Amino acid sequence: MTSVTTIPLPFYLILSGILFVCGVLGFLIKRNIITIFMSIELMLNGVNLSFVAFAAHWHKLSGQVFVFFVMVVAAAEAAVGLAIIIAVYRTRETLNVDQVNLLKL
Amino acid sequence: MLHLALFAFFGLICVAGAVNLLVQRHPINGALSLVVVMASLAGEYLLLGAEFVAAIQVIVYAGAVMVLFIFTIMLLNAGEEERTKGSRVAILLGVPGVAIGSLLVAWTFLRNANPESVSIGALLGDPQTIARLLFRDFLLPFEVTSVLILIAIMGAVVLASRPGAIVRPHGEPVEAKQQEKEGPQLVAAGREH
Repeated sequence: MTSVTTIPLPFYLILSGILFVCGVLGFLIKRNIITIFMSIELMLNGVNLSFVAFAAHWHKLSGQVFVFFVMVVAAAEAAVGLAIIIAVYRTRETLNVDQVNLLKL
Repeated sequence: MLHLALFAFFGLICVAGAVNLLVQRHPINGALSLVVVMASLAGEYLLLGAEFVAAIQVIVYAGAVMVLFIFTIMLLNAGEEERTKGSRVAILLGVPGVAIGSLLVAWTFLRNANPESVSIGALLGDPQTIARLLFRDFLLPFEVTSVLILIAIMGAVVLASRPGAIVRPHGEPVEAKQQEKEGPQLVAAGREH
């Protein structure tokens, strides 16, 4: 270990928390279904940052492998979710979540 | 010192992009600011020594997933979101709720805080090391993930295809009658845009 430069762990946690809170806020106040979906991706990114920071803190590489799995699940979720958005738009012709209040037309 | 400056630089870009996502009303602007967030997060990962994760972040997240988002935005011709009664209620209830929740979490963090530091470059997340871990210790989750991806691909194709586009092996297309009913409407709706 020749490295001596350090960054406090709370810095990373605070940044990750800010990203997560921005994601939650966007999820709650946005009305466009695509923007809501992007807020979910923002939350996942915030969690990934804390995973990597803790991996560096505890000297365990498992955290980085978990980030890999989170990314895979996020990619699958994005593919299926955007397909659902396309299906919703095809039947209702709106992207506003306030107007999508019925499961079945 | 240089590391701290780089952390602050990427962190500020990151937070600015996240706030911009909240402020912008057009989805395409939100998508582009999300790309900025993801690219600067890749810089943070590089600072932490996670080379593989940084590369994957740029390739998969900022590349593939965001292209999927932008493609959908263009496909659906998404315009600016309109302010409705629901959005006012959401802002009135959502902002204080999130503020209280994040204050609680921050208070818990600070109460149990130990001012430990992350040493830079102490842990190397290069592709070789990650691959050894991924294909030995995490082999079963890795294989299960491939099944998940396969199911997601099939689900996306089934959900996004037009009703009636999927043909059974023998005979009529699924819900052929519905397609006849809805077909002209969809064409007319497409011409309006």
